[in-house]
Amino acid sequence: MDEIFGIPAPLLFGQLLLGLINGAFYAMLSLGLAVIFGLLNIINFTHGAQFMMGAFASWMLLNYLGIGYWWALILSPLLVGATGVLLERTMICRLYKLDHLYGMLLTFGLSLIIEGVFRNEYGSSGMPYRIPAELSGAWDLGFMFMPVYRGWVVVFALLSCIATWLVIEKTRLGAYLRAATENAPLVQAFGVNVPRMITLTYGAGVALAALAGVLAAPIYSVNPQMGSNLIIVVFAVVVIGGMGSILGSVITGFGLGIIEGLTKVFYPEASATVIFIIMVIVLLARPAGLFGRA
Amino acid sequence: MAGHSMTSSAATSREEQGSSGFTKAQFVALCVLIAVLVVGPFFLYPVFLMKLLCFALFACAFNLLIGYVGLTSFGHAAYFGMGGYIAAHCAKVYGLTPELSIIAGAAVAGFQGWIFGWVAIRRQGIYFAMITLALAQMIYFLCVQLPFTGGEDGIQAVPRGKLFGVIDLGPDMSMYWFVAAVFLGCFLLIHRIVHSPFGQVLKAIRENEPRTTSLGYRTDDYKLVAFILSATIAGIAGGTKSLVFGIATLTDVHWSMSGEVLLMTLVGGLGTVFGPMVGAAVIVTMQNYLAEMGAWVTVIQGVIFIACVLAFRRGIVGEIGNLLRVRL
Amino acid sequence: MQVSRRNILAGAAATGALPLSLARAQAANTIRIGVMTDMSGTYRDNTGPSSVAAAREAVSEFGASHGFRVEVIEADHQNRPDVGVNLARQWYDQGVDLILDVPTSSVGLAVSGVAKEKNKAYINVGSATADLTGAQCSSNTIHWAYDTFMLARSTGGATVRAGGDTWFFITADYAFGHALERDTANFVRSAGGRILGQVRTPFPGTTDFSSFLLQAQASRAKVIGFANAGADTQNCVKQAAEFGLTRRGIKLASLLLFVNDVHGMGLQVAQGLVCTESFYWDMNDKTRAWTERMLRRTPTNYPNMIHAGCYSGALHFLKTVADMGVSAAKASGLDLVNRMKARPSEDDLFGKAVIRPDGRRLIPSYLFEVKSPAESKKPWDYYKLLQTTAAEEAFRPVNEGNCSLIRA
Repeated sequence: MDEIFGIPAPLLFGQLLLGLINGAFYAMLSLGLAVIFGLLNIINFTHGAQFMMGAFASWMLLNYLGIGYWWALILSPLLVGATGVLLERTMICRLYKLDHLYGMLLTFGLSLIIEGVFRNEYGSSGMPYRIPAELSGAWDLGFMFMPVYRGWVVVFALLSCIATWLVIEKTRLGAYLRAATENAPLVQAFGVNVPRMITLTYGAGVALAALAGVLAAPIYSVNPQMGSNLIIVVFAVVVIGGMGSILGSVITGFGLGIIEGLTKVFYPEASATVIFIIMVIVLLARPAGLFGRA
Repeated sequence: MAGHSMTSSAATSREEQGSSGFTKAQFVALCVLIAVLVVGPFFLYPVFLMKLLCFALFACAFNLLIGYVGLTSFGHAAYFGMGGYIAAHCAKVYGLTPELSIIAGAAVAGFQGWIFGWVAIRRQGIYFAMITLALAQMIYFLCVQLPFTGGEDGIQAVPRGKLFGVIDLGPDMSMYWFVAAVFLGCFLLIHRIVHSPFGQVLKAIRENEPRTTSLGYRTDDYKLVAFILSATIAGIAGGTKSLVFGIATLTDVHWSMSGEVLLMTLVGGLGTVFGPMVGAAVIVTMQNYLAEMGAWVTVIQGVIFIACVLAFRRGIVGEIGNLLRVRL
Repeated sequence: MQVSRRNILAGAAATGALPLSLARAQAANTIRIGVMTDMSGTYRDNTGPSSVAAAREAVSEFGASHGFRVEVIEADHQNRPDVGVNLARQWYDQGVDLILDVPTSSVGLAVSGVAKEKNKAYINVGSATADLTGAQCSSNTIHWAYDTFMLARSTGGATVRAGGDTWFFITADYAFGHALERDTANFVRSAGGRILGQVRTPFPGTTDFSSFLLQAQASRAKVIGFANAGADTQNCVKQAAEFGLTRRGIKLASLLLFVNDVHGMGLQVAQGLVCTESFYWDMNDKTRAWTERMLRRTPTNYPNMIHAGCYSGALHFLKTVADMGVSAAKASGLDLVNRMKARPSEDDLFGKAVIRPDGRRLIPSYLFEVKSPAESKKPWDYYKLLQTTAAEEAFRPVNEGNCSLIRA
């Protein structure tokens, strides 16, 4: 089985795998965005910068404190999530009553600040972050080499998404969250501290972005632009999936990653635009997105 | 985007509008503007002023859509940049005179505005913004691939040419007068559009679209025309800019350019007549002054964004107008 | 002192507050060298602050006893042609007499156009494209330290001779990548090899080359040619190792590699790579002595051929100005450049080097191989010399470049 549809098998499977990896990042990031939009009605443009902060936090932990990858997986989301909580308490909470666009502009401004500060300190060419020793090396599958680390990324991302989905759909906390999305004052009347829940939710969404950042650090070198390159695509994913739907984001994220990978094989020039074309089509046909509620 | 929250709600007092459609305060501001245009190049570096004027025009075109109609487009760089590419290509490859090149750029940008506007207007609010962003991204990646744009290299060594075949625009001063004339002309055109019956309908749409529809106006058509006008004038701004600098690059179609024009308009004051150009002046000057500080410029732009969103929603001109109780 | 002058210049650029005549009077006896380079991006370590330091070293060596002051200003063009063009225009309009370095070929070409338009002098060290002295040559431009033809002949030629007769290119999608790919492909074909395919990678901003490497692997070429540089090349080499490409016997051709890139990758990853430079810090006593002086300015970054070129170019420029007289030098960039071409440049790093009418400076090129970790005995001991190509043969023959200045 050397050629499928005229494309050599290693190329096809290789690109599919890379597409799956990209899709894993899309899914994790759009998940955080969907959670934040679902509950807070805020379009968190800072998400890309927070993804980048997650990568930088793990780099800093390694280079300044000697703390390695496995600890960074836990510490980095906590640290960046804390900054998210701070942002929410100081600035974002003032905008809940206003139009969506204000939230987007504020977070856009925040992303400029964060990126500028990091670019000033660290330049824009990127810093290497070594793959942890336990995950280095590759499996020789015969028709291609699969680097162990990249396989790990897909698995871990999938698990995180499933875990998040479970928390939101199946736990009591998740039920409160979903209820507060529908009718916040009523939920508050029942004695649930809604503002605190909102703050923590924002922090959790940001932490998810940072976790994606830690995963990304060894693959895309740690550089201040890594967030802004991704964020527009992630927006498209969220819009296609449906802006409040978590399941939608995950499925769309992985799906679009795969579609992008396939496009690279058959029609490489269009690989950057295919997601946007799909987004326009979906928006015209199903305005609420594929899985969204209108 | 429902409503009035984003635009300046300055003067409540009735203002006498002269036959030109300018209030007294606006007329004074206009005189100041013309004075600055005339005297400026003798004190400031003309190329810097030209850059400022091109961006001021871009911001005015953008303001037409966001300030007067209430539609937030996140993809205006597509029209600005494409206008620039087409004008540069016409001037360099076809050897057209500058005014023809700019007109060609504007025409293509307007056509783009027609297609994209038609697609985007089907949705409202945040979805409208997202569609414009997606379409602009497609244009960006298209420009990366198409051979005529030169990809990362851009279209370089674009000649300024001879205006009408006669006046050589090579010397900076000659080019400056041309750019100033283009800017003033387009600015007055925008003003005319806004203070016409057509403009009144646009404002009605911004305030309350369902009611406007109930009055019998086909709001989608009005929005589309406004979109096309805004795109065309953005194309003029882009075309002029690429002739001034002799280069058209991917920076002009990148989404960060869309963000910048949004920032300029926000800083200056949405929905004000003079706001966009003041905003453009502030941002461009800041970028120039702080150019050697590298990435700090981005940081400061971010801070300004946040300050405007949290505290100064009316923008500079809007606040001044509010203070003096005039409409600027 | 220099810094405050620079701020004034920048402030004047922003507001033009000084009436032009006053500014001219102050500048009449000061020669300004503007080093435009990449301070924060992909090519930062290969050019950047070390280029500026090299120019400053040349100025301080030149001394103050020639009757005029010399000032060095610097700026970051961020690898963007629009930024570079604006900067060049502003600098030339406001009293800069020479623009030096300018890596990133798209910017390098654009600045060449501005220098011609303003009739000023331009010594390009950092850009690679051989078009600067070819199809887009200019009477105001000198290309100082290397170009894509030199790289293609040396590195490309050696790889083909070693048995690499089928190639796949991974090319940075802008002027430099295209030129390097084109020149190398010409060599491969003329040596009887075949090009099996190529893929263009977005520049700047690509950090993950895995998808492109997979395409390269699928083509079954014996050689993957990296028509890119700086961080791009480093990432390509590292990721090629990650995906096991080298384990399958595929050769990697790093068509443009600097000693700083080797430092960035580490010898473990980079060993065995073959590359071409026109300068190596450890070549002889003179180069070592100069490197010592440079390390006092930039202790963490050893100099490469671009940095050496900035030093050498600035020195030759200043000697020419002293020869001509300041006012004659400022009056016409064309005269200044012609005077620079009239006699060979001479310094400790490159020896005597002729500058051709098309603006190409002729220097020998050296083919190096990266040492293994065991072979390296001291810091930055990275290269062993394989072969030297004499100056007359290292570059494209003057008649083959399509340069309008050369009537064949």
